[in-house]
Amino acid sequence: MSSILIKNGRVIDPSQGMDRVTNMLIEDGRITAYDVKVEEKPINGSMHLIDATGKIVAPGLIDMHVHLREPGREEDETIRSGTAAALAGGFTSIVCTPNTNPPMDSQGTVQFVQQQAAEADNCNVYPMACISKNRAGKELAEMGTLVEAGAVAFSDESSPVANSELMRRALEYLLMFDKPVLNHPQVAELTADGVMHEGLVSMVLALPGMPAEAEDVMTGRDLSLAESTGGKIHMMHISTAGSIDMIRRAKTRGVRVTAEVCPHHFSLTDEALRSFDSNFKMNPPLRDSNHLDACIAGLTDGTIDVIASDHAPHAVEKKMQELDQAPFGAISLETSLALVITNLIQPGHLDWMTALEKMTINPAQILGIAKGTLQIGSDADVTIIDPEDTWTVDPETFYSKSRNSPFVGKSLTGRADTVIVAGRVKFERGS
Amino acid sequence: MDKLVAAEAWTRADLLGLEHLSAEEITVILDTAERLKTMTGGCAGKLDLLRGTTIANLFFENSTRTRTSFSLAARRLGADTIDFSSSGSSLSKGETFIDTAKNIEAMNVDAIVVRHRTPGTPHLLAQNVECCVVNAGDGAHEHPTQGLLDIMTIREKRGQIEGMTVALVGDIAHSRTARSNIWGLQKLGAHVIVCGPSTLVSRHWEKLGVEVAYSLDAILPRCDVLNLLRIQFERQLMRPFPSVREYALLYAMTGERMARAKKNILIMAPGPINRGAEITPEVADGPHSVILHQVTNGLAIRMAVLWLTHSAANQGAP
Repeated sequence: MSSILIKNGRVIDPSQGMDRVTNMLIEDGRITAYDVKVEEKPINGSMHLIDATGKIVAPGLIDMHVHLREPGREEDETIRSGTAAALAGGFTSIVCTPNTNPPMDSQGTVQFVQQQAAEADNCNVYPMACISKNRAGKELAEMGTLVEAGAVAFSDESSPVANSELMRRALEYLLMFDKPVLNHPQVAELTADGVMHEGLVSMVLALPGMPAEAEDVMTGRDLSLAESTGGKIHMMHISTAGSIDMIRRAKTRGVRVTAEVCPHHFSLTDEALRSFDSNFKMNPPLRDSNHLDACIAGLTDGTIDVIASDHAPHAVEKKMQELDQAPFGAISLETSLALVITNLIQPGHLDWMTALEKMTINPAQILGIAKGTLQIGSDADVTIIDPEDTWTVDPETFYSKSRNSPFVGKSLTGRADTVIVAGRVKFERGS
Repeated sequence: MDKLVAAEAWTRADLLGLEHLSAEEITVILDTAERLKTMTGGCAGKLDLLRGTTIANLFFENSTRTRTSFSLAARRLGADTIDFSSSGSSLSKGETFIDTAKNIEAMNVDAIVVRHRTPGTPHLLAQNVECCVVNAGDGAHEHPTQGLLDIMTIREKRGQIEGMTVALVGDIAHSRTARSNIWGLQKLGAHVIVCGPSTLVSRHWEKLGVEVAYSLDAILPRCDVLNLLRIQFERQLMRPFPSVREYALLYAMTGERMARAKKNILIMAPGPINRGAEITPEVADGPHSVILHQVTNGLAIRMAVLWLTHSAANQGAP
């Protein structure tokens, strides 16, 4: 296998606390050396030289919340198109949600997804599996078998685990496999028919609202159950000030909780819905500026461990419906990194080290996978980022099959330039 | 050929709501409506201002009054009209509402008057068709022609809007009439009060400069106008108040309440009214009630809106 020398890039690796301009050598799919002198290594046919001057060299980014839709909804996205979109977004590893059809509650489906991913040969795909059989929220799925089959985490996403007893059992049962429960906290009866955040804007627009309490009530429940069982819980797509506050306090008590926030929740508020554009319809909904500020504060003080995309593709015609009929969700893989740079790093809320931490080593540790690091000897999953590249969001140019982005036409800064998976260049911007 | 010159201030080919109209634009509609009312002898006669045009009613929600009013308004101006209702149409065969509208437009229809239960649907439609779009009610979001006819009636009876205290009474949460009235009245300088049960009247309205009241009796002496909204059973998900009887006790306009109101108070209602629920027969039929004037003015407003949007489209408005 050929080698790669990444020259003169600013290597930022939160797992090592490393931030310096240097040369990085990749050989046989692994990171083998730093500070390599370019002249020492013969540039022959088997050495690929990448000039990373002015670029940031980061561990391959990890997105632990992606809806790949296959099997069952290939009109929205396939594993092939979704993983291609992931690469374009700078991700070398993604975790896919189990709300496929059939759902990922059996070995067969989990293995199918892994096979499709291997065939697509884009980024790494780690499967979530269902907490409950058929994602029906009643009986525990065969979690041991699913762990054997390759599942890294368990969730009933996009459904919340409504039954508290089931949640408690899941937390206890997974203790022996040391895998996390990933929950989507939403009390369904408080959000019946809801289309957007419940607040001043929903009142003016006369759209049924989804109040913050619907998330907070279940977050509180999950924290309480995690505390009493000692289980590992990861709160998905947290969007409220109340939930962030509870998570912050639970952490001080030693509860094994981690949490993620999605880029749209630190970038947009419910004001966006005044356009009635269904690209702004998502779950959890875009909330008011108080909640947005709380999300940023949670990212800044470490309460929020992970930035995840919740990439939710929907075929164009599905979103072109009356607002109450249109499905929830936005594509996100190809805009996440730019939103982190534009809305968190540039305004000074996070520095590069802290931002990258939430997209590399933190998700890797939560999932128990040996990724998200550029330590010598680790897999050569590398994302080379152009931090200055200013571009306009045009979903027509995206690798995703779907077009439902809330950032259409927006000017963002920062993009992945080159993406390397297992020592092979899998994506190059402009090629 | 009847002549009417459209005020330069009007450049919109669609009317989707009152929230984003300027005071000047609202005044243009009111003035035009008044002129058309005169030219038609009180909305009785015909003009040929829209002769040769076709106006389609695309109603996804049941309505007889509003649909009839729009049809009559269109015909009084000489336009042809067609009606599409959602039941029995291709919608029941799975056609999207945008495709339905585009099919109608392809038959060279000049304007679509649309009513739908989902807020924002007229807005989506306006982005996808070239012809004029007029909102006849989108869920509880807006009902601009209703707001306008209410305001026109107040202006007609009292001479102005500025400085008037207007109370909207009832199920504010689910009322498009309330919202359109709030935007229009505020733009023209009225003081607006929303009054109803605390389950149906949100305090958020105060942030927008609207007074919130739960007791009709407490605000009654200050009101120049009462607009009595109908209790909307079909739009509510869970009963936010225990019974019609209790509602009537707290909020119905009765002869007894009339005795405590201002001498020249105007009693309005968007209709259809539930005699005995939000209003008693003696009040509905009494000298302060302008309910039937509202209906006539509805025709005038709709004629004005259809003509103004058509004129703007002809001038090349998007």
